[in-house]
Amino acid sequence: MAKGLYVHIPFCEYICYYCDFNKFLINNQPVDEYLEALDRELASYKMDQLQTVYIGGGTPTALSAVQVKKLMQIMDRHVPVAQLKEYTVEVNPGDVGEEKLSMLKEGGVDRLSIGVQTFHDSQLNSIGRGHSAEEAKETVRAARHSGFDNISIDLMFGLPGQTIKDWEETLDEAMALAPPHISAYSLKIEKQTRFYNWWREGKIAPLPEEEEADMYELLVDRLESHGLHAYEISNFASAGHSSRHNRIYWQNEEYIGAGAGAHGYTDGVRYANIKPLNHYIQAVQEKGNPVQTTHPVTRKEQIEEEMFLGLRLYEGVSTERFYQKYGCAVEDIYPESIQEAKQKEWLTEADGRLFLTEEGKLLGNEVFALFLLDDESENN
Amino acid sequence: MKEQEKLERQKRIRNFSIIAHIDHGKSTLADRILESTSALTQREMKDQMLDAMDLERERGITIKLNSVQLKYTHTDGVEYIFHLIDTPGHVDFSYEVSRSLAACEGALLIVDAAQGIEAQTLANVYLALDNDLEILPIINKVDLPSAEPERVKQEVEDVIGLDASEAVLASAKDGIGTDEILRQIVEKVPPPQGDPSAPLQGMIFDSVYDTYRGVIAYIRIKEGTVKPGEKIRMMQTGKEFEVSDVGVFNPKPVSCDELTVGDVGFVIAGIKNVGDSRVGDTITNAHNPASEPLPGYKRMNPMVFCGLFPTDASKYNALRDALERLELNDSSLQFEAETSQALGFGFRCGFLGLLHMEIIQERIEREYNIELITTAPSVIYHVQMVDGEMKEIDNPSNMPDAQQVEWVEEPFVKATVMVPNDYVGAVMELCQAKRGEFKDMKYMDDTRVNIVYDLPLTEIVYDFFDQLKSQTKGYASFDYEFIGFKESNLVKMDILLNGESVDALSVIVHRDVAYERGKAIVEKLKDLIPRQQFEVPVQATIGKSVIARSTIKAMRKNVLSKCYGGDITRKRKLLEKQKEGKKRMKSVGKVDVPQEAFMSVLKMDKD
Repeated sequence: MAKGLYVHIPFCEYICYYCDFNKFLINNQPVDEYLEALDRELASYKMDQLQTVYIGGGTPTALSAVQVKKLMQIMDRHVPVAQLKEYTVEVNPGDVGEEKLSMLKEGGVDRLSIGVQTFHDSQLNSIGRGHSAEEAKETVRAARHSGFDNISIDLMFGLPGQTIKDWEETLDEAMALAPPHISAYSLKIEKQTRFYNWWREGKIAPLPEEEEADMYELLVDRLESHGLHAYEISNFASAGHSSRHNRIYWQNEEYIGAGAGAHGYTDGVRYANIKPLNHYIQAVQEKGNPVQTTHPVTRKEQIEEEMFLGLRLYEGVSTERFYQKYGCAVEDIYPESIQEAKQKEWLTEADGRLFLTEEGKLLGNEVFALFLLDDESENN
Repeated sequence: MKEQEKLERQKRIRNFSIIAHIDHGKSTLADRILESTSALTQREMKDQMLDAMDLERERGITIKLNSVQLKYTHTDGVEYIFHLIDTPGHVDFSYEVSRSLAACEGALLIVDAAQGIEAQTLANVYLALDNDLEILPIINKVDLPSAEPERVKQEVEDVIGLDASEAVLASAKDGIGTDEILRQIVEKVPPPQGDPSAPLQGMIFDSVYDTYRGVIAYIRIKEGTVKPGEKIRMMQTGKEFEVSDVGVFNPKPVSCDELTVGDVGFVIAGIKNVGDSRVGDTITNAHNPASEPLPGYKRMNPMVFCGLFPTDASKYNALRDALERLELNDSSLQFEAETSQALGFGFRCGFLGLLHMEIIQERIEREYNIELITTAPSVIYHVQMVDGEMKEIDNPSNMPDAQQVEWVEEPFVKATVMVPNDYVGAVMELCQAKRGEFKDMKYMDDTRVNIVYDLPLTEIVYDFFDQLKSQTKGYASFDYEFIGFKESNLVKMDILLNGESVDALSVIVHRDVAYERGKAIVEKLKDLIPRQQFEVPVQATIGKSVIARSTIKAMRKNVLSKCYGGDITRKRKLLEKQKEGKKRMKSVGKVDVPQEAFMSVLKMDKD
């Protein structure tokens, strides 16, 4: 039974140069029709066990105040808001004022994730963000003023031209705002972004691995010293403030995804919704269902995902919980991988948990790849 | 058949092949000719009938020869017998081309109406002229908007010296000009000369191995007649066989009573090995032999060697089977077992040239589904030992210690480069840089120059061809023949990864370029080998001294931080790709080395 709900609002006032999510410039888009379709899609899910909601994008706050209000009403219609333990909305500096914030508050939202990325105006500009560092700070203050204490700030490192000193300054600025939660992502140049094209043309280059690693280590140290603990590879929180919604992903549990291009995992099936707006709207109108692809997760895949998602968490994978879930010991499934990862000092075991070492966190993909099982056919 | 009938029939035979640059439409025209002469029903017709292997279709080149017999009723009402003989299109196979041309009296020269004559065409035209063929120019693709048939006609006259006034303007794609081409074949290509009752002389221009019937020799009868039951002798090898079947291709093999002067077809005679049916050899009657073989026979020896190793060690036996099967069809392929410390068990293989090598590799990977690691190609060296012995070394890792070596000789070729005069400077500069010795330069006409250099074969194996192409914008045509061994100041250069010498990466180089090449190799390896958990020094050494060094830095950070909004499938794909990449690598000591690295000592980009 799904414990979480992700709702995708695929509209933006501008397109950031690194972003490859499903998003559209909001001008002249059928936003109201989209919200109506979302209303119908949400009606199709069973949500009585729901504990968390996350509204992301795109840019949810690119909606007009009237549309934000409408979105809140739609959510209220389908979601048991009162029983939720966490209700997050992504907020973009510069396009939320008191009005939209109070609507969110009234709608039951209790957590905001603010897309700050960096506190250098020149860097904000060079990654295509449409706001200043000052506006970001102002948004945090406004959020608090509207009664939001549970605030997360998104940061990015490894940006082209970013120095370790720049990153340190951004971290200091972030700490000065004292948010209880930070998500910090290293830039990945993805296809179908401006950055990808510039990279291919040789106009930008990702930072060398060494610098990125140094930035990551600085991040972990600096946040730890301010009481923000790395509970996941790129997520940091003070006690009691880790994101319950994201934990659902890492703990390989089920969640509903709603909206154009959203991904969900329900009844053992991973699914993805249609991405293009009009196709999404049309599919909901005609069939009440915008799902484009479905993939029933096999036991092998489920076990692999348990590992490569679970190991992202600070506490790692509980061998006891693994046994309960799959009826066999994790060591019996991965005798060699566990040994290899331990021998390379990427993985340790304590208190009945397998978890990554500091080096293992830096080389996470190397470790995770060890936990992909060979196809059955190859073992014969 | 009576003597008189044979002579009458002989007058109605026309043997021809098609000369064309890649993409100028050879296969398409062949298809049109096949259709128009109703050799095939529409149902049997697959586009580009003559290129049989997938690989041939894909690369647009012909590797194995084909021939086909066609019936054509001329405007005068008489039925003519055509034999169309396909030719391979690459310098590695120029000997095969010359033999298949020698089986013809005429050739269709196809030139693209937009692109004009290209380098590759020229060498084959000259081969055809050497064989006294009647050449019929055809300007193809006249339907293209960019077609300039008049200019191209002029070019044919200026560059090749052919009379192009009656050149057919064709579009093989749309079937335009096909009738005119067929008419000209009858009227212009001379019928075969020869005496059906003279002692048999049949030239082998190809042979293939068939699991059920043994070797099928493709022959052209120059003199005499051959039929089943007769005893034949291979005039070069002296081996004798009894003919069990003769026939023609239509294009499927069809048996017939006999083959006589002018016929192009096959002979089956219980031959077990293609090596006993060599291209260019003459088949004669063992009881009534011809006084001498047909001219032009050459024994083809492999000139380029490399190691082939299965990525998956358990595929070693499968690789041997594959090589054995390919060898049945390819007398110029040689192989013997080889063991490498780095790569395990594999085979040292000899090829005619680089394309031949690539084709064999691709066929093994595709047709036999064996993933290969290939070492950089090398040539054969003559090593004079201090103790007086002369060793032949075709594998750099077997090169003896410098102290035991008196001198080393390397193979040289006479390289002929034909090029528009704008590029003469570039070609000469390149040949000098490749240790070439200038021999000759002649103006063919106002614009074309023929340049002759003696060059070490190893330089050609290295990157001469690529560089020639890039420095002459593809206009140069290039051919080479082996001339002999010459002493050179050669040294063995080893490559060390993490302090350990990797035998499969050793190369033999001229001392003068060793430093430069060593530097290029270690830099290239640094880029090709992914970061490992620890720092890996890459060194090039000669004897005990390190001449170049670079370092592969240790892996520092490789973790995806992005959340992707719950899109787990995407994370999974990324990890699967990473795992797959790792699988394809070979562990050398503690270092994971991707397959391309072993070829990298060859392929150096100059940028």
